[in-house]
Amino acid sequence: MSDIKPAIAVASLDKHYGPIHAVRKISFTVNHGEVLGFLGPNGAGKSTTMKMIAGFLSPDGGTVTVNGHDVVEDPVGVKASIGYLPEGAPAYGEMTVQRFLQFIAEIRGFKSQARDVRIAEIIRTINLESVRDQTIETLSKGYRRRVGLAQALLHDPDVLIMDEPTDGLDPNQKHEVRTLIRNMASDKAIIISTHILEEVDAVCTRAIIIAAGEILFDGTPEELRARSDRRDIDDAFRRITTNQTAGYA
Amino acid sequence: MRNIKAIMKRELHGYFSTPVAYVFIVIFLFMTGIFTFYVGSFYERNQADLEPFFNFHPWLYLFLLPAIAMRLWSEERKTGTIELLMTLPVTVADAVVGKFLAAWIFSAIALALTFPIWITVNYLGEPDNAVILSAYIGSLLMAGGFLAIGSCVSALTRSQVIAFVIGAAICFLFVLSGFPMVLNLFQAWAPQALIDVIASFSFLTHFSSISKGVIDLRDLVYFVVLILFWLYATVVVIDIKKGG
Repeated sequence: MSDIKPAIAVASLDKHYGPIHAVRKISFTVNHGEVLGFLGPNGAGKSTTMKMIAGFLSPDGGTVTVNGHDVVEDPVGVKASIGYLPEGAPAYGEMTVQRFLQFIAEIRGFKSQARDVRIAEIIRTINLESVRDQTIETLSKGYRRRVGLAQALLHDPDVLIMDEPTDGLDPNQKHEVRTLIRNMASDKAIIISTHILEEVDAVCTRAIIIAAGEILFDGTPEELRARSDRRDIDDAFRRITTNQTAGYA
Repeated sequence: MRNIKAIMKRELHGYFSTPVAYVFIVIFLFMTGIFTFYVGSFYERNQADLEPFFNFHPWLYLFLLPAIAMRLWSEERKTGTIELLMTLPVTVADAVVGKFLAAWIFSAIALALTFPIWITVNYLGEPDNAVILSAYIGSLLMAGGFLAIGSCVSALTRSQVIAFVIGAAICFLFVLSGFPMVLNLFQAWAPQALIDVIASFSFLTHFSSISKGVIDLRDLVYFVVLILFWLYATVVVIDIKKGG
């Protein structure tokens, strides 16, 4: 993968839900080695954008390219190179963690021997040993989220898209997930969405603020901080998002 | 192919790790028993064949199979796992076919478990086993038709109840389309050719000839085309829903 070509290129991406204009012609790129934090009020279009990049929703206009694959022309190519954690980390509740990961590995094309090795490895990395034979529906929220992470990371994708990966986790678990993301950051292109602004400082190399379907800010956490007189990220976020969209105040 | 197999396996495993499979199979076997022996007067007829057994299959399938099919897609939508499934590197067709095959194999297992009745009739007399085999094949094909219709309806809604009711209603039309109560609706205004076409859609007509041992290529083609058509419709529905 050359560094010149962006891992993810989003151009004039547009999406309506009936009368609601959810995403308004947004464009941005993410390179390998970048961790992009996707911020914005609820209903800003973060999840919709991520769903379109991951190929779950089709855009009304614009293009998404992941590692050179166009998401409309070659959806399977895009999906093969992405690891995606949907919002709420959905998983098949009646399956055990082990079986669920086996299913994912099968779809991701791992052969029997390599599959078992890789599953054992990911279970260790994500700390799922103690629940590997439990059905997913019996797990706590934190463990479920981790199963979702394991699923997204299983094939060691070089593009990772995670919708609120730390939502519902306790402080220790949040710390673990952030450490995990930081450790992977050097060679992957990562997008995470979050409501927790301190996460931007903790893991992101870049932040995009999106509200009412438009990009209001795109820059480093430092630049974001500079938008506030008090050099405070929360304050900067409020300034940017309440200026233009009074409805979200 | 690999994806279809993986999805099918997962789905089948899903049936058997919840009570759904066992409840379905027990009820199915129980009902076929009641229909065959009490309603169908299996013994009183004094004939070594399984006609009373197979005659009731369309009616049993009518409300049992939409119950299997209703969960195929509605449940995925409801629990959000559809987002997981459709962001894995599989095509929509892979997923539709994999899920359908799982439901079909499951109904084949339930059907195969009716074998004691086949043993019974062979013990009591000398039935024409070729006819019985033909009827089993016909029943399985008909089950595939019901499930394919149910799969498409299930893709339309996140509510399993709605999927069940609408699925059963459409299946009912297909079962009855050769009967006067459906044809009369069209008789007044439609040309005879259209009425013939509608009448030829009937599950009953196609099934009854196969179940009597007459394997006509047209009946086989009918069910295969029907299944393919509804599976294709399922793919289309899922693609449209993807557009939001």
